[in-house]
Amino acid sequence: MPVITFIEFDGTEHQVDGESGMTVMETAMKHNIPGIDADCGGSAVCGTCHCFVEAAGDLPAVEPQEESMLGLRPDRESNSRLSCQLQISDQMNDMTIRLPEFQM
Amino acid sequence: MNQAVTQKDGLPDPLTTPLNELDVADPRRFEHDSWQPLFERLRRESPVHYQSYGPGGPGAEGDFFSITRYEDIVEVEKNWEAFSSEPSIAILDPEPDMSVQMFISTDPPLHDDQRRAVQGVVAPRNLQEFEVLIRQRTQETLDGLPMGETFNWVDRVSIDLTTKMLATLFDVPQEQRQLLTHWSDTATSDARITAGRGLSIDERRVIMIEMLEFFTKLWHQHKADDRESFDLIRMLQRDPKTANMVDDPLSYMGNLMLLIVGGNDTTRNSMTGGVLHLQNNPSEFAKLKANPELIPSMVSEIIRYQTPLPHMRRTATRDVELNGTLIPKGSRVVLWYVSGNRDSDAIPNADQFIIDRPNVRNHLSFGMGIHRCMGNRLAEMQLRIVWEEILQRFDRIEVMGPPVRTCNSFVRGYHELPVRLHPLA
Repeated sequence: MPVITFIEFDGTEHQVDGESGMTVMETAMKHNIPGIDADCGGSAVCGTCHCFVEAAGDLPAVEPQEESMLGLRPDRESNSRLSCQLQISDQMNDMTIRLPEFQM
Repeated sequence: MNQAVTQKDGLPDPLTTPLNELDVADPRRFEHDSWQPLFERLRRESPVHYQSYGPGGPGAEGDFFSITRYEDIVEVEKNWEAFSSEPSIAILDPEPDMSVQMFISTDPPLHDDQRRAVQGVVAPRNLQEFEVLIRQRTQETLDGLPMGETFNWVDRVSIDLTTKMLATLFDVPQEQRQLLTHWSDTATSDARITAGRGLSIDERRVIMIEMLEFFTKLWHQHKADDRESFDLIRMLQRDPKTANMVDDPLSYMGNLMLLIVGGNDTTRNSMTGGVLHLQNNPSEFAKLKANPELIPSMVSEIIRYQTPLPHMRRTATRDVELNGTLIPKGSRVVLWYVSGNRDSDAIPNADQFIIDRPNVRNHLSFGMGIHRCMGNRLAEMQLRIVWEEILQRFDRIEVMGPPVRTCNSFVRGYHELPVRLHPLA
């Protein structure tokens, strides 16, 4: 199981075990990590689980729906992802996820 | 239609009348708050429901599909290529020669350019600057209210506060702020969606032209006065992609209308709705009193329960199947958020107002997908501040009589809510 390190905007770090079959968003919600809202519950239609992937192995590609939501973020960077689209598997490397200043 | 009329709204029985005889968009069901049984029936019997005539009943132009289940609404929102926001996001087609252009009624890439230009103004970073100002204005308004005497909450609080906020967002002088409310009300008062009680096309056109003249002048004044200000107009001016929007009056006016209506009716009616929903659910009010930390969660629940904009509309760009029903190319597709928000398959006990429900943010009132409400954080902040300040001043807000609701299928709200304030002991 990969270890996921969430870093809040203010620098606070949280290290948790990723569970196979869950998404990074669900993992953050389960551990009450501040900075992820997930208003749509995981359908990539709200954009409020935006994060920056600092380090990780291979990740699922950005699908068009995710792309259309990321495209609206004023703070988008090249490593921007919607964490609800990052499904965790046992084969994955450990991940570092930086959380944005705000969700909108 | 020879059904006996026994309903309080004067309309045929929503449960026994054949579905094809019921105009799903009849605004009188919202006026009388009698809309729930019809939508509950549609979710059960005909979740992707075709109506062969438009709003207004048989013979009216503008046939449309009604989508009433939560999951189906999300599917349509996702698929913006098959379900376009052009030419209109309201159930009615644009009026001839008044087809103003607003980014909510466009698709990418134009949509994304225009939206990005203005969304900074309501981005949480900017909101922190606004918070102090909003709190001051809220305090002034609440401190000016009479104790122990009945007054209309809608006028004295909801309209007053949302109008002051709008004036701030556009950097319009506060003494002229009533104009913004007037224009917002005009924009949503089309006689065709208000059971004939709104304004005619000609009346609306005259008022909209006044508005355009006002804002054209304001554009040039703001341009000449280049002080550091994060208002919406200066934001448009600063972005190269929208810097000349004033030269395209239909686009400028359309986007102004979008931002004015978006920032007005929605928050205003949630501000009133919250008072009413808490009165009707005393145990929830008790929870709130015992634990004011619930305010942010309650704000989301108020917004869900109120659903101030009951629908948005899309138009099918190709034949597309939804939940087993074929929607032909060119069809109007109406997403009834107000129904999806009461769909118990998606939201447990959806008909109940529960201020600390799990996953309280999972609602459709802001829409979903690329057209999702841009001002959601501002709306939530305004409502949060109002409730924080209310709890510090008043023991309770007693509703003294039934509300007068708007007769409108696009704006679910209130004209009047008589209330009386009780001071903290």
